[in-house]
Amino acid sequence: MKFSYFPGCTLKNKAKDLDRYAIRSAEALGISLEEIENWQCCGGVFTTARDEIATKLSSVRILKAAKDKEQDLITVCSACHNVVKQTNNAMQNDAEFSSKVNRYMASEGGYDGSTTVYHYLEMLRDIVGFDALREKVVKPLSGKKIAAYYGCLLLRPGSVMKMDDPENPTIMEDMIRAMGAEPVIYGNRNECCGGYVVMESPELAKKKSGDVIRNAKAQGADMIITACPLCKYNLMKNGADVPVVYFTELLAEALGVKEDTNE
Amino acid sequence: MNKKYLREDIIRMSGVNPKKCMRCGKCSGTCPAYDEMEYHPHQFVSMVESGDIEPLLESDSLYRCLTCFACVERCPRGVEPAKLIEAVRLTAIRRQGANRLTPNDIPAMLDDEIPQQALVSAFRKYTK
Repeated sequence: MKFSYFPGCTLKNKAKDLDRYAIRSAEALGISLEEIENWQCCGGVFTTARDEIATKLSSVRILKAAKDKEQDLITVCSACHNVVKQTNNAMQNDAEFSSKVNRYMASEGGYDGSTTVYHYLEMLRDIVGFDALREKVVKPLSGKKIAAYYGCLLLRPGSVMKMDDPENPTIMEDMIRAMGAEPVIYGNRNECCGGYVVMESPELAKKKSGDVIRNAKAQGADMIITACPLCKYNLMKNGADVPVVYFTELLAEALGVKEDTNE
Repeated sequence: MNKKYLREDIIRMSGVNPKKCMRCGKCSGTCPAYDEMEYHPHQFVSMVESGDIEPLLESDSLYRCLTCFACVERCPRGVEPAKLIEAVRLTAIRRQGANRLTPNDIPAMLDDEIPQQALVSAFRKYTK
């Protein structure tokens, strides 16, 4: 099965593991991720202002590229997913916005909001299926207690993201179970790490990330997984004394396709 | 800036109707940046509603909002305070010379691990 794939800026730089293990694990599951050509950065954050048009065009072009190939689109970074999905939602539901966007894009053909966007986790749940995933696991992660850290961007706003219950998600815990490990449930798993505010107020990021780490550890976690490079950075920088790893890296390990390289 | 026009512009830009607010305070109660803010999410809603917007434009609270959408998700009335804060922030930084972050500020903030995502996100939030 083939999908269009948007990695995003950080996955080609500081978060190469998130990208590399996503592709490798998908292959092991019989899914081919075809990277969109000549993509541009999604912008990192979705600007909710309705009169911000030009800043959203790169995301519209990502969506359009998938549509032109008649493929559904897969993202893996939480932030990219949030931006692309919120942009698609605006294209579908805000006629004034989509009309303005399509005037910008007149020379390259318009876009109508019709691309289906899946986060990689949704692909695992809805296309592969967690039962099928369980059968493909060759190295079960038995005995590991793993805290899924959702942060804010994967789940909210729930009415747009529609990935899971925004207050009581299960998608990453179900993935952890399918890989043979034990999920750790903790209150701060869907609270913000401090995000980009680390550039403005490192103290605020330190406080928020510290709360997440303490809360996960208090519930017995010996590892934290995330889909977001900025969450990973904030947690690692602010005192994480358990490993914080990308969920795709753990998946590759369970599927037996993680090679020990020092790239 | 004309006060009435400023209020209408922020409401139109955000798509938020502050009149829907029933003053329960849940947005501020759930805000992870509450302690760092001079004006809290519920105050953004009530001050935009009453047209008292100048103090918001000058406040560092604009740059403490994490846009984590906790207030948007948990508002029982669907007011979406984060969208209002974003509209006020954009109104502030769209003024000439009012960028919060410039490329010259960046080198001092870098370390070996900081992801590109942090830089592009901060620029999108703090700079026009």
